[in-house]
This record gives sequence, C-alpha cells and structure tokens, in this order.
Amino acid sequence: MTLLRVSGLSIHRGKHAILRDVAFTVGPGELIGLIGANGAGKTTLLRAVLGLLPATGHSSLAALPQRDRAKRAAWMPQTREVAWPVSVERLITLGRLPHLGAGQAMRPADRAAIDSAIADMGLEAFRHRTATDLSGGELARVLIARTLAQDTPLVMADEPIAGLDPAHQIQTMRLFAGLAGAGRSAMVSIHDLGLAARHCTRLILLGGGRLVADGAPGDVLTPDNLTDHFNITAHFAQTEAGPIFQPLDVVGTA
Amino acid sequence: MIRLMLVLSALVLALTGAALVIGPANAPYWDSLSALVVDDGTPLTLVMREIRLPRAILALAIGASLGMAGAAMQGYLRNPLADPGLIGVSASAALGAVLAIQTGLAAAFAFGLPLAALAGAVLGVLLVLALAGPRGASITLILAGIVVSSLAGALTSLVLNLSPNPFAASEIVFWMMGSLADRSMDHVWLALPLIGLGLVLLATLTRGLEALTLGEDAAQALGINLTRLRLTLVGGTAAVVGASTAVAGTIGFVGLVVPHLLRPFVGARPGALLGASALGGAAMLLAADILVRVVLPTKDLKLGVVTALVGAPLFLHLIYKTRRQLA
Amino acid sequence: MSRFDRLCCAVAGCLATVSPAVGQVAADPGVPAAPPERVVSMNLCTDQLAMMMADDGQLHSVSYLSQQARGSALVEQARQYVPNRGLAEEIYLMDPDLVIAGSFSDRTTLDMLRRLDVPVAVFEPAGNLSDIRDRVRRMGAVLHREEAAARMVARFEARLADLAAQAPPAGDRPRAALYSANGWSSGGKTLPGQIVTAAGFDLVADDFGLAWGGFLPLELLAMSDPDAVITGQPYPADSRAEEILDHPVVAHLKRDSMRGIVSDQDWSCGTPLVLDAIERLAQARRMATGAGR
Repeated sequence: MTLLRVSGLSIHRGKHAILRDVAFTVGPGELIGLIGANGAGKTTLLRAVLGLLPATGHSSLAALPQRDRAKRAAWMPQTREVAWPVSVERLITLGRLPHLGAGQAMRPADRAAIDSAIADMGLEAFRHRTATDLSGGELARVLIARTLAQDTPLVMADEPIAGLDPAHQIQTMRLFAGLAGAGRSAMVSIHDLGLAARHCTRLILLGGGRLVADGAPGDVLTPDNLTDHFNITAHFAQTEAGPIFQPLDVVGTA
Repeated sequence: MIRLMLVLSALVLALTGAALVIGPANAPYWDSLSALVVDDGTPLTLVMREIRLPRAILALAIGASLGMAGAAMQGYLRNPLADPGLIGVSASAALGAVLAIQTGLAAAFAFGLPLAALAGAVLGVLLVLALAGPRGASITLILAGIVVSSLAGALTSLVLNLSPNPFAASEIVFWMMGSLADRSMDHVWLALPLIGLGLVLLATLTRGLEALTLGEDAAQALGINLTRLRLTLVGGTAAVVGASTAVAGTIGFVGLVVPHLLRPFVGARPGALLGASALGGAAMLLAADILVRVVLPTKDLKLGVVTALVGAPLFLHLIYKTRRQLA
Repeated sequence: MSRFDRLCCAVAGCLATVSPAVGQVAADPGVPAAPPERVVSMNLCTDQLAMMMADDGQLHSVSYLSQQARGSALVEQARQYVPNRGLAEEIYLMDPDLVIAGSFSDRTTLDMLRRLDVPVAVFEPAGNLSDIRDRVRRMGAVLHREEAAARMVARFEARLADLAAQAPPAGDRPRAALYSANGWSSGGKTLPGQIVTAAGFDLVADDFGLAWGGFLPLELLAMSDPDAVITGQPYPADSRAEEILDHPVVAHLKRDSMRGIVSDQDWSCGTPLVLDAIERLAQARRMATGAGR
C-alpha cells in the first residue's frame, strides 16, 4: 500500500522554478528524512505535496478533497504559531478536528488518541498549562503531539526537532521511528544529518532545484553529495552503537 | 462553558426587560409590560409597541451582531485589536447607507438601505483584509483601519454636506457615533433579515477559527477550506455590520471589548468565543442604551459615546500589551 | 470725524453704527439719513418685509432663498428682484445705499460691508407675535416708508383681534403639539407656538415646561395624546433628523386627529403673513371640533 505518490512535481515562483520534476513514493513503515542546504526547497516540497502550494505534476495527497487529505496526512509547519492562550490539552484536541463533524461531541476514540499523544510526548505535566507560556522546545513537543493526535497514516513535519534539547531531539526521532515501526510513516525535514543518519530509514536529498538522491542514509550521504550539495566533508561510519555521522570541514566558499 | 452561556443569557434577558420598562414616559413597570402584551387602547401600548419594543430588539440584535463580528474578525486575523468599528468596516457601511439615503435608493426600494450599507461594508472588509494581509499584524491592521475609517468618514461628510437638506450635514455625528433613539418596527424589519443571515454565516466559522489558532497552513491541513472561510467571514461580517449600521449608525468598540472580556471564560478558544460574544455584545449594547436614557434622557446622548468611553481605555491597554509582547 | 477716527472705527467694525446716524434724532443705528434708493436685503425674513413695504424701484435685490418655494412665502414677487447669496463682494458690486440683514447673517460679511462704507441695518428675528409690529415699524423707518408701515400695523392688529375673538375659551381649547426635526417641540413663548395658541389651541409643550421650546421625547408626545400634531414641511432628500416625523407613533397620532396640518412658508418669518397661517389653523380646528367634538 502506498501512502503518498509524487510524480513530475514542479513548483514555480513567478517564472523561476524552485523545484523541477520531483518524483518519489512513500510506503508504510518508513521514516524519511528530507535533507538539503538552506533554500534547497524542503519546505516548498512538503507544502506542495500537501496541496498548500500550487504546483504542476501529481501528488496523490494534493489530489484528494481537503477533508479526506486531513485524514491521510498530518502536517506540522515550521512556524510554531499559536495565536491564543489556549491550554495544551485544548491545542492537542485540535488534531481531532478532521475526525469530528460540525458540532459533534468527542468520542472515546478521540479522547484515547489525545491521551496517547500526550503520553507519547511526555506532556502529562503540561496538560493544563497555557500553550503560549511554554518555552520554544516545550511548544514544539506540544505541536508534535497535536500532529500525532490527528492519527493519520502519514505524518509530515517541517524541522520538528529544531530548538529541542538533545534528549528531546533523540526522543522525538525515536517516536517517529516508533510510528514507522507500527506501520505508519513519517516524513520530516531535518538539518541535523547525524540524527537523520541514525534514525531515518530513508533520506531524500534536494539540491539545485531537483531531487538529487533518494535511498538509505548510507547511499545518500556520499562524499560527493556532501561536497556538491552541503559544501562539507564528513566522517560517516557504521559502528556497534549504530551509524555515526560527523561533519568535519567546509569545502570551498560555502 | 454551558454555565457561562446560561449566565450571559440570563443577563441579556434581564437587560431586555429593563430596556422595555425604563424610559421617559415613566409608567409603572407592570403596566408597561401588560400594555405591551394586551392592546388596551391607551397611549402606553403605542409607546411600548412602537417605541420601546423596536428599540430593545435592535439593541439586542445589533449588540449580538457587533460582538460576534468582533470575535470572528479577531479569530480570523488572530489579533485581539480587530473590531469592525475600529478597522473601518462600520464607517464604510455608514457611507453606503448615507449614499442610499441621499440618492433616494433607500426610498425607492425597501431593502435599498441595508443592502447599500452591506455593499459598503464588503468593500471596507476587503480593503482592510487586503491592506493588513492574512496574518493581520497589529500595526498594519491599525494603519489600514485608520486609512479606511478616515476615507469613508470623509466621503460620508462630503455626501451629507452636498445634501439639499440642511439637517443632513448635522447628522455626521449620528453616523459616526450611532444611536437607537426613535427607531421603529420598520427599522427592525429592515435590519433583522440581514442580521439573522449574517449571524448564521458567522456561526459556521467555529471549526475554522479553532483550527486557525495553529496558523493558516496547519488549519488547511486540518481540512479547513480557507477560501470558503474567508468568503463566509467577509459575507457574514458585512451583513451584520451593514444592517446594524444602516439603522443605528456606527457603534464602535463593542466588538473589541466583549470578546476581550469573555476570552478567559472560554479558555481563549476562538470558536467558543463566537456565541459567547454574541450574547455579551447584546448585553453590552442593551446596558449602554439603558444608560443613555437614564443619564441624559433629554439629550439623545449617542450610544457610540458610551461604548467608546468604555472601549477606548481598553484599546489603549491592549495596544500597550501588544507592544510589550513585540518588544 | 477725522480720517484717523474713521480708520480706527473701520478696524473696530463700528463705522456703520456711527457714521450714518450722526446728527439724526432716531436712535436706530440702521436708519439712513435720506430715503435709500438701492436697497439689498440678504435674509429671507427681511426680504418679505422689504417687499411688502418698499416703494417702486427702491428694493434692488433679495436673497436667493426668497425665490425658492420651500421656505419663501412670496416666491412670485421675489422673482422680480435680483437674487443674492449674501456674499460681501457680490453685494458690494451691487452698489447699494442700504443693506438689510438678519442677526444670523454672516458677521464677517457685515463687518466687511461696513468697513467698505456700506450702511447695514440688522434685524433680530421676531420671537413672538408682538415683535412683528416692531419689525414692521422698523422696516418702515429704515426704508423711510413710515406711513405704509403704520397702515400695515393697524391692519395686522385688527385682524389679530378678530381671530382672538373667534378662539374658544380656556377649558374648551383642543391640545396641539408642534413637532419638528430631532423631536423639537415649540412652546407658547415662541412665534410658532403663538401662531398655534392664537388659532385657539393649547400647546402640549407648555405642559412639559417647554414654553421656549425644547426636546420632547417621542414617548412623552405619545403619552400626552394630543388632539393635533403639527409638523413642518420636510426638506428635499431624507435626513435622520426629520425621520422622526415619519415615525409610526407620529403617523398614528396624526391619523387620529386633525390631519394634514403642516407648518408651511407662512410660519417661517415674523411678518403679517402669519395671520394667514393662523386663519388656516383656526379653520382646521373648527372643522374638526364641529365634526366630532
């Protein structure tokens, strides 16, 4: 079963092409890291795939009616925007909107999804705190929990671990990996190639307005790709403690 | 939440009763109410049915309109400073109404007046939304509001000054400050259909506004059709504000004060705030209209003066708070 | 008077009050020494008095308002004169030897005319019926038409006495409310109020202590249940101030009582023309009371 199929996707801003002819599919049980230098088009690709940006080509999600799309894929934008001082629990409850009709009361299944999202992100102590009073990292965890509560086969997140402390970064990546283990999938854009190499089952590299590489971390993080698209050299090794990736130096004028 | 709605409903009911029995005619309360129900052929029935009843109905409906429109605009722009009066929507509606009256459209066609005010309000909302952008940052929102209000106000003054009726020019105050004095059932029938339609439209925004707490992208990904939400918001706001302004002039600050006061009681949820603000707005305008009758019964004190005296200090406080958050 | 004195006077705006009256017996500052030959009137009410009294060719111009049917009682007559809009330049170029203005005319215009050595006579509006005699006599004085004025006053007083004799005694007088834009109701110490009382009515405004007129809430008008409601003629184009006159309550009160009574052009100025208004009002009263009371 395919969760997402993208083919021939091109995105233009004015006459300038940001991404050309991108194609990939997402199956169940995958944690895909979307990587690329600043401005490579990671956010643009995720938004276009979700139908939030006009694009040419095909995305199986963008082709769905909006309500159905919300049941297939959850989306966590990069801007951690919370407009009103609502409680954490209330914010996470918003994830259930696609599953409830207008004015419909919450069912036990909805409560269960919310409770498990709160538990997964370790937010039990924050449940009744006001979301706008939280620190950046705490808020990020709340927003991830909101995305989880939507309970979709596919979760897409734009830099979900930016701003988290190392422990929460690792926990969050493990959580996404856990989703993949349970047969769901996640696609996250990420700058930390070390965490990407350790936790993702698959990496997609964007560069030069194209999808450059798509495959297992070891196949994508090649010295050539790193030099050409990140202007770095790095140490990458498979160890007993798992894959270790450490950037070493800048190549040329970055 | 349910308790809040019950308390507000009881308040509205009590104030409606008070609005019906308080007035210069000073008849005993019980006589007034019985004259309202049973036509006893005395002038009191005339007073109750043709003066106090329409006034109370309009205060209720217009207060609900302004409260709900304020809550909806704030929810959509995610900014507590949005208010149909402050951002120029009411002023544009007043321009439409004045044009309809002075060109004779209002006399030629029964619903010409509220529909022209609605058209003015639509233009005002669209202009403000275009100028302020989707996120409605405070500074652009306030600036856009100033531009739209002053332009509409200036054009209203121009139209009234050009009128061959010497009284018209002195009525700029009414259009800018609003009043419910001497309204009749005719005005109720003129305003109520559009107000009803607008309130229903705004009430459908609940889910969308809740989702918008997370921003436009997240709301869309939660299945909210933003284009439809925008259209509903513009249509609903313009309908309630247009119809209200057409019969009562510009009454500011209700849409600012009421959502602000009620927000803590609904856990800051923008969707739940809609219904609460409708009730709260009705209560505020009924109270203000009772106040103008009690404080200066012979002076036709303008409603907008009372609401501004309450609202302007709160507005300053909000600006101060927003400024501190930005700093 | 030295040139220096005249200059000081012009600056202070007092020239007209001093120069034409020098050596005159009359205390009235507006009365010119010789009969004026080219008179300009710039106020609707002074227009009417001047037209009624001026000698042939004496009056040159009247205000444009006098030529408009809405407020003017003597439209046809007024059209024989040159209209003016009360602008200082315009009036100065007419080269008048007397300008007659109302006390509500633009002060700066009058000051400028005085500084330009044009004699100006200012008339206070008549506030009640007895003021009308004074205004007629004074118009006679400034135009040097004292005899015509005396005849007019005599006729006015005779007709007024006649009307007073026909009015019903106290206790048998129907109650009328004068109701105009913004809920204003005039009482017995005002000219419109006295027109109504002279026609044999009692005034509702007087019951509420509004002898000089004042704001009468619609509710109180309804509760007072008057026998007649007298409203003014509406201006062209709608205004909210006049909307109150179309309120269902006012319509209801008018339906029950003497209908169709409006205060028209004959009411707007304190001139002998108000007698026509009183007569029409008394006629309406007789028809209503004769029919049903």
